Amino acid sequence: MSREKSTWVVPPALRGWVLPLLILVVWWWAVASGWSTSPLLVSPAAVWERAVQQVTSGELWTALSASLWRNARGFALGASLGLAFGVLLGWSRWADRLVGPSFHTLKQISLFAWIPILSMWFGLGDGAKVAFIAMAAFFPMVLNTFEGLRSVPREYIEVGRVYGFGLWQQLTRVIAPSAAPSVFTGVQLALIYSWLATLGGEYLMASGKGIGNTLIDGREHFWMDLVLFGVVVIGLVGYALNALTSALERRLLAWRDRTVGRY
Amino acid sequence: MAHAGTLDIRGLNKQYEVKGQPLPVLQDIHLTIAPGEFVSIVGTSGCGKSTLLRLVIGLEEGYEGEILLDGARIQGTNLNRGIVFQEHRLFPWLTVEKNIALGLLNADLTEGQQRETIREHIELVGLKGFEKAYPHQLSGGMSQRVAIARALVNRPDILLLDEPFGALDAMTRAHLQQELHRIWQTEGITMILVTHDVEEAVYLGDKVVVMEPRPGRIRRTVPVPLAHPRDRANPEFAFIRNAVLGELGEPGGAALAEPPWRPVRPDPAWNIGRWQFAV
Repeated sequence: MSREKSTWVVPPALRGWVLPLLILVVWWWAVASGWSTSPLLVSPAAVWERAVQQVTSGELWTALSASLWRNARGFALGASLGLAFGVLLGWSRWADRLVGPSFHTLKQISLFAWIPILSMWFGLGDGAKVAFIAMAAFFPMVLNTFEGLRSVPREYIEVGRVYGFGLWQQLTRVIAPSAAPSVFTGVQLALIYSWLATLGGEYLMASGKGIGNTLIDGREHFWMDLVLFGVVVIGLVGYALNALTSALERRLLAWRDRTVGRY
Repeated sequence: MAHAGTLDIRGLNKQYEVKGQPLPVLQDIHLTIAPGEFVSIVGTSGCGKSTLLRLVIGLEEGYEGEILLDGARIQGTNLNRGIVFQEHRLFPWLTVEKNIALGLLNADLTEGQQRETIREHIELVGLKGFEKAYPHQLSGGMSQRVAIARALVNRPDILLLDEPFGALDAMTRAHLQQELHRIWQTEGITMILVTHDVEEAVYLGDKVVVMEPRPGRIRRTVPVPLAHPRDRANPEFAFIRNAVLGELGEPGGAALAEPPWRPVRPDPAWNIGRWQFAV
């Protein structure tokens, strides 16, 4: 223990910051010392200035709120459809046999391959983007819900039968809580995928406002600082989404948090 | 206080279908269990003793013959029959009291009565103070106590126990056997215990049903005419235990135990339902 103390001067809570700070220092040094004079690598200070400009002018808020709103709609649509579809496939062997093969074929298709079809159907406006985001959320949600329902131990169902549980009681008292961890993994993945898809959609179906459009803007004007700023914002939003779901999981699935192994 | 019913199994046959071929699991089982009786069932693995319990609880269907409780044919599960499985089967997302409360979900009790019943049963199995604990915070023995409380909470006529202590260490097992005995005496209900531990079977049972495998049949029923609480060191106890062990062994091996065990060999006429103890 004492050895560990001597090697680690940073308190555990702050250790996550060590690597980003280190990269920032190296980056700053590379530009300031003249080691890199490429216009592709602007200084951290320039990015910071751009950040201040974006925040104060309200441009960041316009772009970010458009992206988040789009993301929220796509996620809500895709995740709820995915949940319903996953429950159907998991619940009914008949439905699984009927539509399972088609579903498993469709899920093999790269999401981006859908963009041409989606943009032909819905144009390049918000409709196509939301549909694209919804698809990104849909697949992980279906798969994990299905998996959760199918892995409910038969032993638990038998306990329900012994106590005379009807279908509704089995569903709410046994199946739902037993499948919850897996379903929650689906929600988590759907959130992450939908955020990735939000950016992908905005970038590939460029129209309107959004963080993806901010990136395009930066590229077209060769404003490297804007591009880098956009990337940082995207990363931070992803981090926030992940932190949100982790906190939610700790609350809702507290019983599980204490049964899994710690390494 | 004994509100138990008579369980009557007549000419029971059960078979599974394996690759299109019928595989007999239970053959011609006759067994009558009087109200309040404690019956142990022993046998090597594959003798169908667990299947027998699953038929009585109603988790398994499709059999020939009759399983009657107070003359009525058993169909599906019912709150008048409780079961404790080898694994405790507690729901990991519920606390001890909520796991037990689940057993009362379909009982006709007011909320106040439910709380009272749950409290009583937690006390009965000696887990006062652990109401809010989650299963992963309990030892194997404690989990099995909760499972027993959950099985008893509906005050069933019959409690079935499917190797409930099989996965526990020897000390915990001996302790829980005493506890189960105490519960049986206080509740005054019929208990059927499936086990592969002969000593456990003799220690707890009014009679020990010895089964043999392929297909599962009753080989012999050994009465245990000893007063409770039983002393494992008592020569009579050892005598009966060896008789059961002899029945479990190969036919040739049983001969070893033949002459002195004669008196224990039951006469079919007085075998069934004779050895009951007031509770």
